[in-house]
Amino acid sequence: MSDHIENGLVENGVVENISRRSLIGGVFSAGALVLAARILPEEAWADTNEYHGKAASSALRPSIYLGIEPDGTIYIVTHRSEMGTGIRTTLPLVAADELDADWSKVKIEQGIGDKAYGDQNTDGSKSIRGFFEAFRESGASARMMLVSAAAKQWNVPESECAAKFHEVVHTPSGKKLGYGALATAAGKLPVPKPADVKYKPKSEWRYIGKESKIADLADICTGKATFGMDIKRQGMLYASIERPPVMGGKVQSFDDKAARQVKGVSGIETIDGFKPPYTFQPLGGVAVIANSTWAAIQGRKKLKIEWNNGENAAHDSEQYRKELLTTARKPGKVVRNIGDVDAAFAKASKTVEAEYYAPLLAHATMEPPVAVAEFKGNKVECWVPTQNPQAVQDTVAGALGLKPEDVTCHVTLLGGGFGRKSKPDYVAEAAILSKKQGGKPVKVVWTREDDIKFDYYHSVAGMYHKAALDSNGKATAWLHRSVFPSISSMNDASSMYGFDVEYGMGLNDMPWDLPNHRAENGPAKAHVRIGWLRSVANIYHVFSGLSFADELAHAAGRDSLEYQLEMIGPGKIIDFKSQGVANYWNYGESYEKFPFDSKRLRHVLEVAGEKSGWGKRKSGNGWGLGIAAARSFTSYVASVVEVEVDKAGKIRIPRAWQVADVGMVINPERVRSQFEGAAVMAAGIGLTGEISVADGRVQQSNFNNYQVARMNQAPMQTDVHIIESTALPGGVGEPGVPPFVPAFANAIFAATGKRVRDLPFSKTKLV
Amino acid sequence: MIKLKINGRERSFDGDPEMPLLWYLRDEIDLTGTKFGCGAGLCGACTVHKNGEAVRSCQTSMKDAAGKSITTIEGLSPNGQHPLQKAWMEANVPQCGYCQTGQIMQAAALLKKNHKPSDKEIDDAMSGNICRCGTYQRIRSAIHAAGKEMA
Repeated sequence: MSDHIENGLVENGVVENISRRSLIGGVFSAGALVLAARILPEEAWADTNEYHGKAASSALRPSIYLGIEPDGTIYIVTHRSEMGTGIRTTLPLVAADELDADWSKVKIEQGIGDKAYGDQNTDGSKSIRGFFEAFRESGASARMMLVSAAAKQWNVPESECAAKFHEVVHTPSGKKLGYGALATAAGKLPVPKPADVKYKPKSEWRYIGKESKIADLADICTGKATFGMDIKRQGMLYASIERPPVMGGKVQSFDDKAARQVKGVSGIETIDGFKPPYTFQPLGGVAVIANSTWAAIQGRKKLKIEWNNGENAAHDSEQYRKELLTTARKPGKVVRNIGDVDAAFAKASKTVEAEYYAPLLAHATMEPPVAVAEFKGNKVECWVPTQNPQAVQDTVAGALGLKPEDVTCHVTLLGGGFGRKSKPDYVAEAAILSKKQGGKPVKVVWTREDDIKFDYYHSVAGMYHKAALDSNGKATAWLHRSVFPSISSMNDASSMYGFDVEYGMGLNDMPWDLPNHRAENGPAKAHVRIGWLRSVANIYHVFSGLSFADELAHAAGRDSLEYQLEMIGPGKIIDFKSQGVANYWNYGESYEKFPFDSKRLRHVLEVAGEKSGWGKRKSGNGWGLGIAAARSFTSYVASVVEVEVDKAGKIRIPRAWQVADVGMVINPERVRSQFEGAAVMAAGIGLTGEISVADGRVQQSNFNNYQVARMNQAPMQTDVHIIESTALPGGVGEPGVPPFVPAFANAIFAATGKRVRDLPFSKTKLV
Repeated sequence: MIKLKINGRERSFDGDPEMPLLWYLRDEIDLTGTKFGCGAGLCGACTVHKNGEAVRSCQTSMKDAAGKSITTIEGLSPNGQHPLQKAWMEANVPQCGYCQTGQIMQAAALLKKNHKPSDKEIDDAMSGNICRCGTYQRIRSAIHAAGKEMA
């Protein structure tokens, strides 16, 4: 691994000098040195559109874009979306480091949606994983070209010159030239071939591994930062939409007389419901158009709509829960198999079994879905807080019968994403309404109630676990069944089973080194829209799996940390192929570069034990520690949660520990903040997170009945410990969530003796 | 005609007196630092000061704001250097940042009365403000730091 980093291999990336290409305009004046690291071959580079003037680059297929102006300003395009991870700052830091740039002379530009940038879907905790190497190569290549240009100008060997903090220095003479002064000449030189790119030694890193502040910090603290909710266009209209209360329902008839009477209301439009499968299409409904958000909302309240609710109107969460758990008792589709669990159960000295349940969850980003769209000359321009601007292009184009390249998607800051804003149904609504309103710009604002009631929900799941223990309490076999409506229902209305992505999140990749292990998936049909939420299927799989591991430790009369380490074994690269895992997803990464190394999982557990003082204080009487660990998004994380449960059953979390091996760390400050935040979100999932459905309708509506963690419920303090590593960077945004939830449940058991197998914990009386 | 003062400037409004101040600030006079989060007084993203007290602008009608002096995040400090804003930056509090202006306005009202709040007093004052990114422990430490500077 470390060799890999030191050599800076870019497997697919190619850095191409595009400074002489005519398409570069806008911020880049003639003579600028422009580099683009791209993923696809040159022939795949599309021609540009008018909006590339600003984020220039981008007719190419750059995964990054970097330009140096003769005034020394460096422009770096971030094509990933900023929703709080700090990625808008962190990826440019990587390029700036290799370039040995003065960070104060770097300007960050947000890329529009364009395939030319490569993958822009900012989810899966993959921005650094996927683009670290490309950004690094781009910075290094620029540096080498600047050095080369200076050496030529001075007529000295390149070996006597070095790039140092925005200048190239001729070491023997002390002569210096700034990057700006060299940019034009350097832009005429060929770009080094990937194999010839030389990287800085780690000892010379200026930004990587150091604490850096995010670029938008001051704007955020003064209210100047622009989120999607803050966009305003000349002549813009505001829309609020009444959507079918049951998924798949349609408008049968409606009366808008009273709505039209509301001052400020200027129009009523209908939006068709989706054609199954639901994909990213709008849900449909009736839109009230007005001259302010308030007027639109007021008008909407006056609509009288008759709905044809369709086949999901009978859906009921209580009933469905029973169905899922009944299904989980039956054999399902085998997605991993080692040895023979049935034979092991038959001869076990003890078996343990348990059912677990985790409900639907809503994303509840602080900024609800919102979009501004303007339909003009058979093209659409939109301004969106989106995690996936290319999906915006495709979805809007699909809704209006356009080509994706006819849709320009400007990406604003996102007031939270968590997976919700990868799904641009709300942008299609705005585009449809703009077209219906004769091309006037339309802003669709989702109320909080809309957000909670019409989400793409994190899936509900029923799970069954059974394990065999030998006479010494050692686990010899484990059966893990999971039943959940799948995300694949989004693209396949008949979907009954999960798919590799969901299996590979805690179902077919449990770390245990047991002689007998089988994972199965049973059938379930979706009755609400299912989507992905921060750490996805890991939430229910890791909750149940690591809670059950704790149950086994207690059944064996053993310490939970010791027992979990024993089940992991000495540690190894897990060979899933030989264990009946047909297609281990591995978070989309090559297994060679990012193998599941259970030694790293052991290590985070051991460190978590040390940091938290595990085993030093006796649990019970309303106090306890719980521990769990999981690999997700190629990172390894152990969580320890301390809880106090008072006599009224009220839970408090005085402290928590998150120990993370995320490989190499670019900005430790932002890594810590992600793991602190994940602890808070996970605490909320554990305590109160639940969406339920009755008569096909979501029962929650706002933060009073869909409760997320507040300051007085969140961990009072979360200590984040980052493991020093030279391995390739792994995910950071999501991996802090999965182990926290079972560590929390295990702590409640330690404190109270109550095993909580249902999320959220608020449903169980603890004392 | 409703008259009110916003960040020291006289304003007048002749629209729907029931309209929440939030939408006046955001849609009519483009002060978008005050955020829409829930519309029901449950999340605190829209917090502003009304005659120095922290209020939820989504629950404050224009009628209620008449004759009052309103301060939004844009008016908290002329140069963005309120001790809380400095402490927020020093502690790297924000993640996505959407709720942070409301958090700062809520904290500013707390510190005006009490430069040395305890953890419990901070939790009590701030638990009406939701941060979905989970920045609470940094908010708490930034409030302590700013309080020290103001004391």
